[in-house]
Amino acid sequence: MLLPTEGSAEVIGLSIVDEAEAIRRRLGYMPQKFSLWEDLTVDENLQFIADLYGLAGDVAGRISRQRETYNLEALRKQRAGTMSGGQKQRLALACATLHSPELLLLDEPTSAVDPQSRRDFWDRLFQLADGGATILVSTHYMDEAERCHGLAILAEGRLVAEGTPRNLMASVDADVFEIEGADGSEAPRLVRELPWVHGVTQLGLRLRVLADRGESDAEAKLRALLKQHGIDAQVARTQASLEDVFVVATRRVYRGD
Amino acid sequence: MATNRFSAALRRIHAVALKEVRQLARDRVTFGMIVGVPLLQITLFGYAINFDVRNLATAIQDQANSSMSREFIAQLSATQVVDVRYTTASSAELDRLLREGRVSMGVVIPHDFERRLQEDSRPVVQILVDGSQPSLSGVAAGIASLPMITRHGSGPYAGGKRMEPRRIEVRTLYNPEKRTAVQIVPALIGVILSMTMVLFTSGAIVRERERGNLELLIATPLGSLELMIGKLLPYAGIGLIQTTIILITGSFLFNVPLVGSLLDLYLAALLFIVSTLGLGLFVSTVAQTQFQAFQLAFVTLLPSILLSGFMFPFEGMPKVAQWLAQLLPLTHFNVIIRGVVLRGADLPELWPQVAKLLLFLAVMMLIASVRFKKRLD
Repeated sequence: MLLPTEGSAEVIGLSIVDEAEAIRRRLGYMPQKFSLWEDLTVDENLQFIADLYGLAGDVAGRISRQRETYNLEALRKQRAGTMSGGQKQRLALACATLHSPELLLLDEPTSAVDPQSRRDFWDRLFQLADGGATILVSTHYMDEAERCHGLAILAEGRLVAEGTPRNLMASVDADVFEIEGADGSEAPRLVRELPWVHGVTQLGLRLRVLADRGESDAEAKLRALLKQHGIDAQVARTQASLEDVFVVATRRVYRGD
Repeated sequence: MATNRFSAALRRIHAVALKEVRQLARDRVTFGMIVGVPLLQITLFGYAINFDVRNLATAIQDQANSSMSREFIAQLSATQVVDVRYTTASSAELDRLLREGRVSMGVVIPHDFERRLQEDSRPVVQILVDGSQPSLSGVAAGIASLPMITRHGSGPYAGGKRMEPRRIEVRTLYNPEKRTAVQIVPALIGVILSMTMVLFTSGAIVRERERGNLELLIATPLGSLELMIGKLLPYAGIGLIQTTIILITGSFLFNVPLVGSLLDLYLAALLFIVSTLGLGLFVSTVAQTQFQAFQLAFVTLLPSILLSGFMFPFEGMPKVAQWLAQLLPLTHFNVIIRGVVLRGADLPELWPQVAKLLLFLAVMMLIASVRFKKRLD
């Protein structure tokens, strides 16, 4: 899609400079914004995509199977522009996978759909992955990221962390504590002032504290600080979440060091 | 392998063209414009615009009130150029009528009308013309040269004795009745085509970019040249349909003849259509939004209408404007189309214009397609 200014890269074993055409035929892409034709019907959009990819053989059967898989049977004659966010998303995925791509690129695919559609969408992605396709999803939702087999965190275009979600959470370079029963007090400000604390997040009635891993007895120190200021709260160490991983990994980039 | 690739490319072009036609058919406003604009323009230009001024509202102040002055008024009315609506008693009243716009012309016949006719030095009649309206002063000049009231002794009353007036015979070729519609309608083909082709094509391409469709298309095997051809094809067809609409309505409503060959006409129209499609494509590579595309399209349209010889005679324009007009495809197309439709010329006879159009076409398409490809990458 974009020619490199320098260097080279390979996608599914093909050079992006010399074999761009071959890559295009084996790649499915679903842009963040709905990019199909709103004044065409579901069937017409699917047929158009089939023509672009030059699909041969039983094209009608293939389209019909996609309609079934993505629950579009009732919407065949409906124009895409009049459909809901979830329906549009299903059509977009049906079009992106019509030619059975080996690699599927999804750019923030669930940004405009409700939680139920989001769940269904991910179920479909797993079915595709089981079918042998490689799927690359970009997302801002950490619960979605946690579902993936492999994860890469990018900050300002640079790779800052990579691994399975479980490994990333286990090896995060920070300790996480939760403070309960300190709501409405000065606790967030006090804790934030500690030099070895990276961040304090309010989660409902709890405070989540991200602290330097190297700090010894951090839990005890937090307790002492709260007691000193007459705040009666419980402090407990907890498991790092993917969000913690993200904050720790991108911290250096956004701080500028 | 090579034929396979070729047929795959043809299938993609066909898919894009079919999609474009479907979208057009569903976009009622655009679809209505395609048929409505030629009909509206042909009716407006055909009926409303008349370079031959007739029935000019006129007020006359006859101070002489003699048999000769009355004969003069009768003669003036007989030309049908003027329509005497008021006879005024004072010059103040005449001034008021002119100022209020009730009349466009005032004629003052002095009380010594007869004596002035015999003399050679003083004007016999004064004609007041509303200079705020275009093309009226020319009419007044025409009236002043009527044999009866010339100041140079050639009128029938000059020197007191009747003389045979020197008559200049003007014959108008190809359009003997001097009907404006006959001049306007063929040229209207070019104007309407410029409008549709540049406006609609640039709009259609920019819309696809605006809505994000292009982002999806570049990830598919569709090549930029295929996309370009597929998108332009339906509009070339629309251009030919519009040409037909104009020819048929022009013939029915205004009896515009077709002296030359129909094939030459459609060939010329097609050549012009492809040239302006190139212009539309170019506009689409410059504009970011549909609104910008429309503005740019109008920027290219205005000089075409004003300088191409569509409304104003080419010869009367300053040199710079004439050079500029040479760059506009409509200028050359107007010469071709008037030649084919009204004078019965064939394309080889009009080769200089055809060559200039071809040159424009080649240059425009080259620039536009290179830019179009760049914008996609």
